[in-house]
Amino acid sequence: MPDVVFQLPDGREQRVSGQPGESVMQIATAAGITGIVAECGGSAMCATCHVYVDPQWLGRLSPPLANELEMLECTAAERLPNSRLSCQIKLSDVLDGIAVRIPDRQQ
Amino acid sequence: MSEADFGADTAPIVIVGGGHAAAQVCAGLVTAGRGAGVHLVCEEPELPYQRPPLSKAFLKQPQEALQHHRPESWFADAGITVHLADPAVAIDRVERSVRLQSGKHLCYDRLVLATGARGRRLSHLPDGLQNVVVLRSAADAVRLRELLAHEGHLTVVGGGFIGLEVAASALALGRTVDVLESAPRLLMRSVSPEVADHVLQTHRANGMVVRVGVAVGGFRIGADRLETLTVDGVETPVDLLVLGIGAVPEHALASAAGLQCDNGIVVDEFMQTSDPAVLAIGDCTNFPEPTTGHRLRLESVQNANDQAKAAVATLCAAPQPYRAVPWFWSEQGSLRLQMAGLGSHDATRFRRKGSSDASFSVLHYVAGRLASVESVNAPLDHMAARKLLETGRNVAPEIACESSVPLKAHV
Repeated sequence: MPDVVFQLPDGREQRVSGQPGESVMQIATAAGITGIVAECGGSAMCATCHVYVDPQWLGRLSPPLANELEMLECTAAERLPNSRLSCQIKLSDVLDGIAVRIPDRQQ
Repeated sequence: MSEADFGADTAPIVIVGGGHAAAQVCAGLVTAGRGAGVHLVCEEPELPYQRPPLSKAFLKQPQEALQHHRPESWFADAGITVHLADPAVAIDRVERSVRLQSGKHLCYDRLVLATGARGRRLSHLPDGLQNVVVLRSAADAVRLRELLAHEGHLTVVGGGFIGLEVAASALALGRTVDVLESAPRLLMRSVSPEVADHVLQTHRANGMVVRVGVAVGGFRIGADRLETLTVDGVETPVDLLVLGIGAVPEHALASAAGLQCDNGIVVDEFMQTSDPAVLAIGDCTNFPEPTTGHRLRLESVQNANDQAKAAVATLCAAPQPYRAVPWFWSEQGSLRLQMAGLGSHDATRFRRKGSSDASFSVLHYVAGRLASVESVNAPLDHMAARKLLETGRNVAPEIACESSVPLKAHV
């Protein structure tokens, strides 16, 4: 089972296991990580599951689609080059150990 | 009184409902440090879960699991007692207690009703037919997903958001689909004619059969199945039928307790019902629209979440009136519809071009002021529209519709 390392706004880290095919957003909410709001439930409609992907993992992700790119322009916290919507990152074995930082606000 | 032994320093809060609104009240109370002693009463056997995927990803992918808002351990750690598959059956406002189906009595200091809405059914069509689904809950979605795997053809009655979302999901699964709408166009209550027409053309181009202005009349039932539906006087065979003909507020519990109800539970801008000890939020409420004061009922995730936040503020004795700009979305195959603000029949409409033929927004102006924006495959314009409406900043239509300038530039 691949793991995701969540770096919380207060500096703590939380390591959570998920199933391949689950999104990073689903893994975060199932683990009760409150910094991921995910108001729309994973449809890339609300930009409240914004994360900063550790740059060393960025190249292993499929690039964002057009609608994710547009929603990323509307995040509450600053958009950075490694910004992604966690609902659009599907976990797989090659992503085992992926680290994502949670911004200090989503709304 | 099995569960009435609350600590003396805890003013117990009981929440009735298992949808987005109930989940958001729990989250808000926990953030405010008020989770201990809260009781959450759910009719369904599931912890609160995300409902929007039920008509989309959940139907299309057999492995897709329910997405709970929070895990069981989160509720437990916060001190929230969850009662699953145990609906509230009566409220005693004098004693301040709620009785559950299991016989449990829960005493409350404040009660929050988040009872939602239920799908409307066709009058005279009996319940319990094997091949008829009204999609509302996880159990409905599980049943629909199984039926879609076996039945050949899907008939959808109702050309609203849920009906069209289910129709588009079934089409993606390779099913043939007929959508029957009795109104002269699709999405009559939800979007402008321009957006509705684009939706119609897109679905038809993808092979969906969409009929508007049809009369859906009688039906024939054999054993426990719906055999035929009479459409414009013609008896038409049915494999699988989904009813998407709107929803009605679930306020039986509130009515029986003598709370004022009128197309929903009547609340003020602080989400208080006619009894100050009782609040109501989400799809089940009839609330005053902040700009006009007109009474309104909305069925949306945004309304559920934001009314929940207003309720938490009231519960924490820091009341904040509910003033959120409404927004909605619908995802139907490749169509992404996002609406901000409320449409109005007396609005003047302007079209703003998007980045492709399949992308545009319709801007609604009432008395010269931007009142709402519908965006088709234009999420950036939608997010800018929300900001404009939140700040109340007005942009003249000829400026806002200049597509060479991002709408965001006017925020």
